[in-house]
Amino acid sequence: MSKKVLVLGETREGSLRNVSFEAIAAAKKISGGGEVVSVLIGDSVGEFGAELVNYGADRVITVEHPHLKSYTSDGYGQAMMAVIDQEQPEALVFGHTAVGKDLSPKIASKLQTGLISDVTDIEGEGDDAVYIRPIYSGKAFEKVKNKGGIDFITIRPNNIAPLEREERSGDVSSLSVDITNLRTIIQNVVRKSAEGVDLSEAKVIIAGGRGVKSADGFAPLQELADLLGGAVGASRGACDADYVDYSLQIGQTGKVVTPDLYIAAGISGAIQHLAGMSNSKVIVAINKDPEANIFKVADYGIVGDLFEVIPMLTEEFKKVM
Amino acid sequence: MNIYVLVKRTFDTEEKLVISGGKIQEDGAEFIINPYDEYAIEEAINVRDEHGGEVIVITMGGEDAEKQLRTALAMGADKAVLINTEDDVEEMDQFTSAYILAEYLKDKEADLILAGNVAIDGGSGQVGPRVADLLDINYVTTITSLKIEGEKVTIVRDIEGDAEELETSLPLLVTAQQGLNEPRYPSLPGIMKAKKKPLEELELDDLDIDEDDVEAKTETIEIYLPPAKAAGRILEGDISNQVTELVSLLKNEAKVI
Ligand SMILES: Cc1cc2nc3c(=O)[nH]c(=O)nc-3n(C[C@H](O)[C@H](O)[C@H](O)COP(=O)(O)OP(=O)(O)OC[C@H]3O[C@@H](n4cnc5c(N)ncnc54)[C@H](O)[C@@H]3O)c2cc1C
Ligand SMILES: Cc1cc2nc3c(=O)[nH]c(=O)nc-3n(C[C@H](O)[C@H](O)[C@H](O)COP(=O)(O)OP(=O)(O)OC[C@H]3O[C@@H](n4cnc5c(N)ncnc54)[C@H](O)[C@@H]3O)c2cc1C
Repeated sequence: MSKKVLVLGETREGSLRNVSFEAIAAAKKISGGGEVVSVLIGDSVGEFGAELVNYGADRVITVEHPHLKSYTSDGYGQAMMAVIDQEQPEALVFGHTAVGKDLSPKIASKLQTGLISDVTDIEGEGDDAVYIRPIYSGKAFEKVKNKGGIDFITIRPNNIAPLEREERSGDVSSLSVDITNLRTIIQNVVRKSAEGVDLSEAKVIIAGGRGVKSADGFAPLQELADLLGGAVGASRGACDADYVDYSLQIGQTGKVVTPDLYIAAGISGAIQHLAGMSNSKVIVAINKDPEANIFKVADYGIVGDLFEVIPMLTEEFKKVM
Repeated sequence: MNIYVLVKRTFDTEEKLVISGGKIQEDGAEFIINPYDEYAIEEAINVRDEHGGEVIVITMGGEDAEKQLRTALAMGADKAVLINTEDDVEEMDQFTSAYILAEYLKDKEADLILAGNVAIDGGSGQVGPRVADLLDINYVTTITSLKIEGEKVTIVRDIEGDAEELETSLPLLVTAQQGLNEPRYPSLPGIMKAKKKPLEELELDDLDIDEDDVEAKTETIEIYLPPAKAAGRILEGDISNQVTELVSLLKNEAKVI
C-alpha cells in the first residue's frame, strides 16, 4: 500500500537545512509511491516552499503565526497537530535535530504511536520499510519496524542522501492555525555557533582535542578546514579547557556528525566522543600515543605530533587540489 | 516541593559489548545509572535543599535496578520506587516505558520531574517528553541551568550548541544535559543511610495497568555490531612520507577529497 507521508522542513539562519531535503528522500521511500507533503512552521516561511518542491516534495503546507517565530513544543505541537488533522498522514519524518528531538515524542504521544528515533538508514519501501538506528552509543545497530498505525521516524542528518534538485512544480498552501497558551516564553538565544557552518551538515571536519593545548593551537586546524571547505570541531576535553566554544563539541552531549572525512587530532577517542562521529565515512586519527582508542575506529592513522603533522597536511593538500 | 527523578539503569557503554543469540550479552556486564540521569538526580537534590520537599527516584525495569536506586538514595534522594516489569512485559519500547511511568506519576501532584535527555543505551530521548505529554504538563529538554522562584522557572537550554534562555512555570518536566551540574559521589555515610531509606516495589497490577495497554508499538527485529571495518591503517616511515601517503590515500583510495 502506498502511504501519504508528512515531512517537517526546518530552517536555520534564514535558509533551509539539508536535513529537510534528506527527510523528503526518506519519505519517498516510505511512501512506496504515495504523496510526500512537506510542512514548514514559523513566523514567515512561505518563501522556502518552492525549494522543498524542487527537492521532491509533492506539496508544501506552511503554518505561519507570530507565536511561531521561536520554536516551542507547545507552538509547534499545535501547528503540527493541525496539519496532521487536516492531512491524515500514514507516516511522519522529522530530522533528529534539536527541534525534531524535542517535538517528535510529543506528537507520537498525542497520536499514541511508536516513534523510531535517530534513523541512519532505511531498508525496503512502503509497508516493508525497516529502519536502522545506532544504539549503545554507536557500538551496535538495531533494525526496527513499526507494528501498525503511523510510521514515525526521525533521521540523523547527513546519512540519507537527498534527491537530485530539479525544477519541479507543486502546490504550496498555507494553513491558518490559532496558536495559544504557550507555556514557555523564549527570552533570548545566545548564538555561539560559528557563523554559516552547520557542523551536522559539514562534509569535512577537522576536530581537535585536549592535545591541541590552547585556543591558538586550533589555528592550523582552522586553516586546514578552510582549505578543504570543511568545519572545525572539538572534543569535550578541548571545550572544557576553553580552547573553543561548546558549540563545536562533537559527541553524545554535543553534535552528532557524519562527514565524508573526519580528522581527529589530539583526541583520545572516549566512547562519548565516538558516539558522535563513529559513523563518519572516513576517519583519520593523528595522535602521539599509539595506544589511543581513536586508532580503533580510524581508517588511517598517523602516530605523531599534531603540531608537526597538521601544517604538513595542509601543504600537501595544497599540492593536489 | 514534590520532586521526582526518572532514573534508568543502563549498560555501561564504555565496556565491551558482545552480541550472542541476537541479544546484547548482559551477563557480567557493568550497569550504571544513565549518566544524564545523574545530572538530574544532582539537580533534584539541589532544588530540594533550596526549596524544601522530597526527592523521589523512579525506575521501571527489573529487580537488578535496585542497585542503581540505592546509589541515587546514597547521593541524597529521599525515597525510591521500582516499577518491576520483569514478569509482566515481554516486549517494550519507549511508548511502553513512558506509559507506565506516567501511570505511576499521574496522581502524585509532582511539581518538578527531572529526567535524562537521552539514555546512552537505547538512545531515543523520547521518554521524558512522552511522560510530560501524558501528564499534560510542560517540558523543556537538554537544560544546562535551572532557577526556581515561586512558580516561576528560568531555564537555559542547549540547542545544538546555542544557549536558549526561557521562562516557564511549575509543574514542569525537564531533561538534563551535561553541564547542568557536577554530580556528587555518594559519601560513606550517604551509603549507610541509603540502606534504610524506603524503596517501594510495584508491579503493573498495583498501577491497574493491563499488559495490553502497554504493548509496544515498534519491534526490534535484529541487533548487530557494525560491520567490522578493515583494520585501520597506521602509516609508517618518516612523518613527511606518511603525510604524502595519507593525502594520496584520501584522494585515490578513499576518494573523499
Ligand atoms: C555524560 C558524559 C558525556 C560526555 N560527552 C562527551 C561528548 O559529547 N564529546 C566528547 O568529546 N566527550 C564527551 N565526554 C568526555 C569524554 O569522556 C572524554 O573525557 C573527552 O572526550 C576527552 O577529550 P580529549 O580526547 O580531547 O582529551 P584526552 O582524553 O585528554 O586526550 C587527549 C589526547 O591528545 C593526545 N595528544 C596530546 N598531545 C598531542 C600532540 N602534540 N599531538 C598529537 N596528539 C596529542 C594524547 O595522546 C591524548 O590521546 C563525556 C563524558 C561524560 C561523562
Ligand atoms: C524485551 C525488552 C525488554 C526491555 N526491558 C527494559 C527494562 O527493563 N528497562 C528499560 O529501561 N528498558 C527496557 N527495554 C528497552 C526499552 O524499550 C527502552 O530502553 C526504554 O523504552 C527507554 O528508551 P530509551 O532507552 O530510548 O530511553 P530515552 O528515551 O533515551 O531515555 C531518556 C530518559 O528517560 C528516562 N527513562 C528512560 N527509561 C526509563 C526507565 N525504564 N525508568 C525510569 N526512567 C527512564 C531517563 O531519565 C532517561 O534518561 C527493553 C526492551 C525490550 C525489547
